[in-house]
Amino acid sequence: MEEIISCEDMAFSYSHENEEKDKKIPVFEGLNLTVQKGDFVAVLGHNGSGKSTLAKHFNAILLPQGGTCTVVGADTRDEDKLLLIRSHVGMVFQNPDNQIVATVVEEDVAFALENLGVPPDEIRERVDDALELVGMSDLKLRAPHQLSGGQKQRVAIAGIIAMRPQCIVLDEPTAMLDPRGRREVMETITALNKYFGVTVVLITHFMDEAAACKRVVVMSGGDIILDDAPKRVFSNVEKLKSVGLSVPQATELIFELKKAGYDLPLDVITARDCIEKLIGILEEQGVS
Amino acid sequence: MLKDITIGQYLPGASVAHRMDPRVKLVLTIAYVALLFTARNAWALGISAAMLFFLYPLSRVPGRMILKSLKPVVPIILFTAILNMMFHDGLVLFQLWIIKITDKGVIMAVFMVVRIICLIAGTSLLTYTTSPISLTNGMEQLFAPLNKIGVPVHEISMMMTIALRFIPTLIEETDKIMSAQKARGADLESGGLIQRIHALTPILIPLFVSAFTRAIELALAMECRCYNGGKGRTHLHRLRLSMPDLYGAVFAILFAACVICANIVFPGLL
Amino acid sequence: MGIIRTENLSHSYGAAFKQSAIDCVNIDIEKGGFVGVIGHTGSGKSTLVQHFNGLLKPGSGKVFINGEDMWAKPKEIRKYRFQVGLVFQYPEYQLFEETVYKDIAFGPKNMGLSKEEIESRVYAAAKIVGIGEKHMKASPFELSGGQKRRVAIAGVLAMDPEVLILDEPTAGLDPRGRDMILDEIAKYHEEKKNTVLLVSHSMEDVAKYCKKVLVMNKAQAFMYGDVKEVFKKAPELLKMGLSVPQITSICMELKKRGYDISPDTYTVDSAKEQLLRLLGACKSGDTIC
Repeated sequence: MEEIISCEDMAFSYSHENEEKDKKIPVFEGLNLTVQKGDFVAVLGHNGSGKSTLAKHFNAILLPQGGTCTVVGADTRDEDKLLLIRSHVGMVFQNPDNQIVATVVEEDVAFALENLGVPPDEIRERVDDALELVGMSDLKLRAPHQLSGGQKQRVAIAGIIAMRPQCIVLDEPTAMLDPRGRREVMETITALNKYFGVTVVLITHFMDEAAACKRVVVMSGGDIILDDAPKRVFSNVEKLKSVGLSVPQATELIFELKKAGYDLPLDVITARDCIEKLIGILEEQGVS
Repeated sequence: MLKDITIGQYLPGASVAHRMDPRVKLVLTIAYVALLFTARNAWALGISAAMLFFLYPLSRVPGRMILKSLKPVVPIILFTAILNMMFHDGLVLFQLWIIKITDKGVIMAVFMVVRIICLIAGTSLLTYTTSPISLTNGMEQLFAPLNKIGVPVHEISMMMTIALRFIPTLIEETDKIMSAQKARGADLESGGLIQRIHALTPILIPLFVSAFTRAIELALAMECRCYNGGKGRTHLHRLRLSMPDLYGAVFAILFAACVICANIVFPGLL
Repeated sequence: MGIIRTENLSHSYGAAFKQSAIDCVNIDIEKGGFVGVIGHTGSGKSTLVQHFNGLLKPGSGKVFINGEDMWAKPKEIRKYRFQVGLVFQYPEYQLFEETVYKDIAFGPKNMGLSKEEIESRVYAAAKIVGIGEKHMKASPFELSGGQKRRVAIAGVLAMDPEVLILDEPTAGLDPRGRDMILDEIAKYHEEKKNTVLLVSHSMEDVAKYCKKVLVMNKAQAFMYGDVKEVFKKAPELLKMGLSVPQITSICMELKKRGYDISPDTYTVDSAKEQLLRLLGACKSGDTIC
């Protein structure tokens, strides 16, 4: 498999401006992570766990102070490769209002392509494709302030997709949205990954979103403490709770029943799985 | 509510004027303004004014929009009218102490008023039929040559776009902050001028703080989308000249010729 | 007679929309309650609560606070702002003073209280939300996101309102920040016995903290009742686009398949108990199997 992002022994610390000059607050040290082409990875953690700092390394907004960060085969510290990296790894941010530049939806989706000097006819084609993909074609002539939060985030995603990147990194894209907006965004990025093979890195603090990904990386205090398929990650109920993260209620219920002495597998995260397992054990015990 | 304020004066439509290239419209508007000031007599001014009676229906902009756009400049119109009436020599029609009103003064005042009305109505037509975004786009491309003499044309147009984009957002935000401070008992409605200005602090400071945050985040987002200044940029909408532009240009030349002829043929004021 | 009562309350925004934000709402909220207000964006919940402290004037209908018609004397509307404290969404955006202390003191100062009274209220409010004295002299802009939010909430608490309304106080916070703020609010309610209204999207949070729930749907009050009663209508809530906790959908499905589990279960603990009862009953060879 092809590696899109590869962090090796990466270190980063913020320097505190107000106090003594030498005071540095380390975010992470010796961090290793690779993202393969076609992956759908959630990076789950609290504020201050280092997950957003990590995400900002993926398209060279921040540069590693130790170790290396290689994105689409280029070292992020190589300034000549900056445009290459940014056009292949797009970034969507938390606040939908603060990443839309133009006064019309389609113009905003075209923004990156205009910057890259793509010819107008091709821009038109790619913009229309991208809007179709996120389901915003009907609203392409609207002004951004007329859209809901979820729609604005989909416009932002379209603006990235129009660059036809290999990978899209989303830094808490749903934190400011209502449940409907969150659903819209999750459906959009799931489809991008599933049908168009776009690699997705989703930074989030919602465990239910992480549970919907193919792989979950859990960060705490700058360290990666778990990195596996969601089912296996969430089966570490106690470990997750010890760092203040929760697990899906389905997992928790099974966990509690297991504690009470029933033999149940912990790798359950969806309601359907949980119901199946529960019925299994109920029947086994002879409850009709 | 603040939310109800509309931005710009654009009236969406599909008339010939709407379909014209913004660059052509800009040039024609500038030409119209120039002609207005060369019009020296009643004939030339009359033709200029008549033009508007033709153009407004053509653009499907309701005539009352002229009144709407004139409203803010009424004091200026009155002021120039009065000044003109008093400071021209000629046959004295009326005199009170040192104030003399002459026949020539009255004529000049009428000319000036017509000229200002035409100026406002003519330029408003541009903004009524051109969306702010295409106007910005047109200006950027029309004035691009100025880049060579160091005018940051692209940057200015980018700033205009971002301003247009964020005005509604900031208005909404102001609304929200005002409500929030009112909920904490802020009194924004009573008191003298000084008190009222003072009462604005709890609104302006949060507004500035958030505007700066937005600016920083937007800059980052733009950088992530490969923004690198104006160099080598292309546009989704390539401005192309089309038939309406040709009609517009022909019409404008005919009109300019009429005004210039009127200026030459009729040497007097009337 | 409750502390907040509405009578055919309606409100519509702008002539351009001609669409009611709230339409003929009649509710009666009793003193001392902890009420969750749920509904999705556009259901009218934010518009509704802005009527409770007089920020919005009813299009038609009336709002009564402690039995008094709020708009009987429009000039005196400000006094209701102090009786009913409203914390907006993302309240940290309203911070403006040089120090945390001054910012929290803004509300009490507007009430015209004495200096001593203001001071004691500011410290009391800061304590409730867990802002320590060492932060009082700091600029609110230097604090972390979660701390800023808590200072902003303290700014409303310091007015010591009879009713506290919070419009999505946890929006944008991570789970830890969310739990901290909700726990603080629950504690405040417990100690002060004041009426609290919690506007939220999250059925989980409402189920965990509130005693009663007001469900808003399409500009109308769909229902108002105990948490348990509201969860009995889970299928209808799902239909209006609200999400119920995962545990509720699990229990609903088990009930559908014929197991003796109440479908309006909304906590993991309750689900666990019921399941253990079922399983345990079988172990002991009870007849219900």
